[in-house]
Amino acid sequence: MSDPQPTPSRPLPPVAIVIGVLFFFGLLGLMVYGVMKSGAPDRDVLPSALIGKPAPAFELPVLHDPQIRVGSDELRGAPYVLNVWGSWCAACREEHPILTRFAETKRVRVIGYNWKDEPADALRWLEQLGNPFVLVLSDIEGRTAIDWGVTAAPETFLVDGSGVVRWKYSGALTQRVIDTQLVPELEKIERAHADASPVPPAAP
Amino acid sequence: MLPELGQILLVTALLMALLQTVLPLWGAQRNRAAWMAVARPAAYAQLGLLLGAFAVLTAAFVTQDFSVRYVAENSNSLLPMAYRYSAVWGAHEGSLLLWALVLALWCGAVALWSKRLPAQVAARVLGVLGIISIGFLAFLIFTSNPFARLIPAPLEGRDLNPLLQDPGLIIHPPMLYIGYVGFAVPFAFAIAALLEGRVDARWLRWTRPWTNVAWGFLTLGIALGSWWAYYELGWGGWWFWDPVENASFMPWLAGAALIHSQAVTEKRGSFAGWTLLLAIAAFALSLLGTFLVRSGVLTSVHSFAADPARGTFILIFLALVIGGALLLYVLRAGALGSDDPRRGFMPTSRETLLLANNLLLAAACGMVLLGTLYPLLADALGLGKVSVGPPYFGTLFVVLMAPLVALLPFGPLVNWQRDQASRALAMLAPWAVLAVLLGVIAYFMAPQGALKTAAGVTGAAWVMLGTARFAWTRLRGNGRFTAEMIGMLLGHGGLAVFLAGALLVEALNVQREVAMAPGQTLEIGHYAVRFEGVDHQQGPNYVADRGHVRVRYRDRALALLHPEKRQYASGGQTMTEAGIHARLSGDVYVALGESLGNNAWAVRVHIKPFVRWIWLGALLMALGGFVTAADRRFRRP
Amino acid sequence: MPMPRLSRPPRPDRYRGLRGLVLAALLGLSAVALAQAVSDPTPLQYRNAAEEARFHALAAELRCVQCQNQSLADSNAQIAHDLRREVLVLMQQGNSDAQIKQFLVARYGEFVLYRPVMDARNALLWFGPLLALLGGAGVLAWVVRRRSRQIQPMDDNEARW
Repeated sequence: MSDPQPTPSRPLPPVAIVIGVLFFFGLLGLMVYGVMKSGAPDRDVLPSALIGKPAPAFELPVLHDPQIRVGSDELRGAPYVLNVWGSWCAACREEHPILTRFAETKRVRVIGYNWKDEPADALRWLEQLGNPFVLVLSDIEGRTAIDWGVTAAPETFLVDGSGVVRWKYSGALTQRVIDTQLVPELEKIERAHADASPVPPAAP
Repeated sequence: MLPELGQILLVTALLMALLQTVLPLWGAQRNRAAWMAVARPAAYAQLGLLLGAFAVLTAAFVTQDFSVRYVAENSNSLLPMAYRYSAVWGAHEGSLLLWALVLALWCGAVALWSKRLPAQVAARVLGVLGIISIGFLAFLIFTSNPFARLIPAPLEGRDLNPLLQDPGLIIHPPMLYIGYVGFAVPFAFAIAALLEGRVDARWLRWTRPWTNVAWGFLTLGIALGSWWAYYELGWGGWWFWDPVENASFMPWLAGAALIHSQAVTEKRGSFAGWTLLLAIAAFALSLLGTFLVRSGVLTSVHSFAADPARGTFILIFLALVIGGALLLYVLRAGALGSDDPRRGFMPTSRETLLLANNLLLAAACGMVLLGTLYPLLADALGLGKVSVGPPYFGTLFVVLMAPLVALLPFGPLVNWQRDQASRALAMLAPWAVLAVLLGVIAYFMAPQGALKTAAGVTGAAWVMLGTARFAWTRLRGNGRFTAEMIGMLLGHGGLAVFLAGALLVEALNVQREVAMAPGQTLEIGHYAVRFEGVDHQQGPNYVADRGHVRVRYRDRALALLHPEKRQYASGGQTMTEAGIHARLSGDVYVALGESLGNNAWAVRVHIKPFVRWIWLGALLMALGGFVTAADRRFRRP
Repeated sequence: MPMPRLSRPPRPDRYRGLRGLVLAALLGLSAVALAQAVSDPTPLQYRNAAEEARFHALAAELRCVQCQNQSLADSNAQIAHDLRREVLVLMQQGNSDAQIKQFLVARYGEFVLYRPVMDARNALLWFGPLLALLGGAGVLAWVVRRRSRQIQPMDDNEARW
């Protein structure tokens, strides 16, 4: 059916054009956003669901003496940094010197959380590299780690004196992360505490 | 020396693409025969140069030239020869070169088989294809050079990802790209039509074969990918609604709508505007898919390494090409559509049914796009990190496709323009009843998943019987089947087979994972699976724990399977190779879990009834596309 | 597509032993580097077939929290093993699917759900396609109505099928 000149034409409905233009530029804008975000190194990181919520209640044995068990209540009163690691984890090895340097400032308690590790391997690892932790908890099965929302090692949490999780970082700590994220958050906690009660709290 | 030759070939190909674009398009505008005539030779030259560049890269892999960075990153001295050839398209730069080569092949094919086209049309089509070529060649040369050197050359390459060391890699990407990239041809035809200001039956007779062939290849490519994932990934899934899979499925849906819309426009002259828009949309989705996979915008096991610079380049190119096409459409499409009374039709007519077909396929396509991009959108709007996975896609896809399956058999039987609903209903009602009856029987016979089984049987039977009813009507009439009709029978029949396979395997599949010591037997339904132990094997670039599993069915020996757990030398990655016994009635699929000590192993056994029907159905659909393209009507002058 | 002919002699057999050594050495090195976290590889024990089926269905709806887009059922990641075990324990303790999902969301966020929550935030996602379909159906009805107003019957010589 070859046709003669087309009969009187009908322009496209303006509504359709408007919808089309909005859709095209909306999609384009979303793609631009996606490209900008894709360059960020933390784009795949899952933000913690625990931020602003109380840390999970737990009771775990101490690595160096499994007869002693430490509970979450006993850690309250002052903030602490919880570092999840394992002797099988290569990245934990990388962050170890940086974590050690931070722990030596003694600004806050740094507690180790040994995750899914044979105690013998973990103790050997600490002997080889040094022990920056004031205390190391042992979670061989990984049950409690699930309560903390741990996905991989290393991960680091900051918990304040009243037991609320304030910050979480997934991946090996760098000095930059400590300076730009951990320390400011810690300062916030310290300031809030100083405002609230001028009397120093009981030692943990 | 040779890689530098490759670079020169690429740059020269870009120059040829420029020639293929600028002179013919300008010449068509001004009706200058000499300029328009440049298109064909330029297309052939571009093809030759890209074949050369591809050969150079292949040679670099085969000779294991680790001074070429792309080779060093994707190969290894222990890599078997067959995979050295397919590793060429194993990662971003090489697969992009394949993209450009496939586009050049399509350009060459169009140049070869366009002698009957008026010079202006051929020049415009090749010119638009040239624009696409320019974009991809520039992308290659400026951001993704496959011939970049690595100085000093390492002694050993990093290796091809073990997941890709498989025959699937040899065939899946080329087939997929031929389809994906092939939609550039109907796109080019659409742009040519808009530039010329006319869409007539002749134009459609030129466009339809190209579109059907491209769609057929895309169907094959997707089916091959699904089959490959099934046996390679180790847990028996065949479709995951992964962003990269969706990126190829969206053009397929748009392409399916396009091939039907083209049929209407050819035979009745109506919906020209919709047809052109679909042609633009199908290729736009191809480009969008290419962008999504290579830009790092979406997270997927399939995607290539993220690089915002590359993403930006493709995005700009995509925005210009599609934006330009849509602008042209808005300006010119109005002149094409009209309220010509000859094109009028009643509510009960094939036109209405095919409009509904287009609507449902477009809605499904839109749904897949929304689901794929929603996590990104939610992130952009600050709604948090949301996951959209198979439960979403699966549910909504079934909801949207159910009406299509219900209406499908009516399409071929209902007349153009005007028909009585009672006529078609009378023809099909008995078969609908039969299909429902079969479904009810299946419901009571199914050992599990009764509802899904019934739905699968009813849907597949309905489509198959309804399609057969058309064939019977035709046989009783003049008994002549055009290739187009046979293509339709294959396509719709293939859909029925696919539907049966997909729903039945989801409903009836059984999965057990147990600890087994040598000599123990696991009973699943009528199957007896006996674990006979594991021994060590050495492959060319891996060591494997190779299991021996004997399968009996209804107490008769069925198969001896060898699932493996391989550890590849480079990177120590562990791969699970399943042992599969494939039959039309179902697969037995065995995979090794972990070693439990004392020669005991965790063994995973799946029984997957009718899973092969999925790919068989897709094969039939692809064949339908190819057969339709061969119809004599398209060879009329 | 013709492949270039390579003018290299075929690899002589005496290199086979050397390749084997290289292979063994590379594997040896990689084995040392691959220390594993403590993990119990025994398969999960289900109490009956119904529980197993329910478990697989639920695990397919949950996302592996550490992978590039894999379900909890399919993933081999360490945390996926642990979470599968946890899900089964919760199931055997009598929790419903919804409760188990809530348990995981409290710890990992909504990211862990492959079926997005059907609330106001996700309204576009769940109802958008159907609304678009309805809108499209309306357009279709309008188009059909307009086209059916003026009809000139088809000629006999036009394509019949």
